[in-house]
Amino acid sequence: MPKLRTAVNSKDHVQGNANAPIELLEYGDYQCPHCGHAYPIIKSIQKKMGAKLKFVFRNFPLAEVHPNAVHAAVSSEAAALQNKFWEMHDHLFEYQSRLDDKSLVKYAGQLKLNVEQFETDFENPELIQKVDADFESGVRSGVNGTPSFFINGEKYDDSWDEETLLTYLESLLT
Amino acid sequence: MLSIGTKAPEFSLASTPDQKVQLSQLKGKKVILAFYPADWSPVCSDQMGLYNETLKLFHQHNAELIGISVDSKWSHFAFCQDRKFHFPLLADFEPKGAVAKLYDVYDATEGESQRALFVIDEEGIIRWNYLSPVGMNPGADGILDALESMDKK
Repeated sequence: MPKLRTAVNSKDHVQGNANAPIELLEYGDYQCPHCGHAYPIIKSIQKKMGAKLKFVFRNFPLAEVHPNAVHAAVSSEAAALQNKFWEMHDHLFEYQSRLDDKSLVKYAGQLKLNVEQFETDFENPELIQKVDADFESGVRSGVNGTPSFFINGEKYDDSWDEETLLTYLESLLT
Repeated sequence: MLSIGTKAPEFSLASTPDQKVQLSQLKGKKVILAFYPADWSPVCSDQMGLYNETLKLFHQHNAELIGISVDSKWSHFAFCQDRKFHFPLLADFEPKGAVAKLYDVYDATEGESQRALFVIDEEGIIRWNYLSPVGMNPGADGILDALESMDKK
């Protein structure tokens, strides 16, 4: 079973209890419909597991099939610079069908980001590099499509429907 | 499947309706041969789609990617256009599966190639191979590990 090659670190976006016994990491693409389906499932699992779960999201945009995916990922990183990564992450999945550049800027406004700063950061090559680095860490860890999940550093290849995934996560607690 | 250390057998196959690719023309570069069962099938589409996104990483190691299946050049042409692939797909079409047989990765029951990967070095020697379960997308991590370890030598 492939293992996560790049351990969760300070560059990652982490939600929930940092010391939780279970770490669930997703490699995802904001324009991927399967990731869109996974989004509310993960939310629900986070709610049910509470402080026992830490959730981490890394970018894995498939640029050739999803032409807006890279810019959507960059916009989440630009929002992160204003401490609103998760707000943007959620918003992008909720409005997945409209991820053109104009919409991304509109979303920044809706989330009450400093839009001028957001637009400047959007052009920052370091943010593209961050997205590329996420992608490469995924490829090297055996990510073969999205969403791909790693649980406590091990690739999870079973179904991610809520019941199966939650049952598996809870089994790790006992 | 042909084992590591073997000289990669030469072949020449159509990549488009009017172009051919010959393995020996790629001497001086590393070559990744990705044999796969069929154009358009879900797992093959995901696998080739992933490699299309990781081409940049392959190129960093002076490696070229080639996909091979028993589909015709016209099927490849349409598949490549539809999926915007930036690497050649070769038609192992007539005689059917001849190159897959040379590399010992032909599934005679299905009449398709198995899902098999080979990494060939600059001198044309097979340095890594992997036979994937047919329903499983093997990802690119094994290929990149192989390319990296070849660069270290």
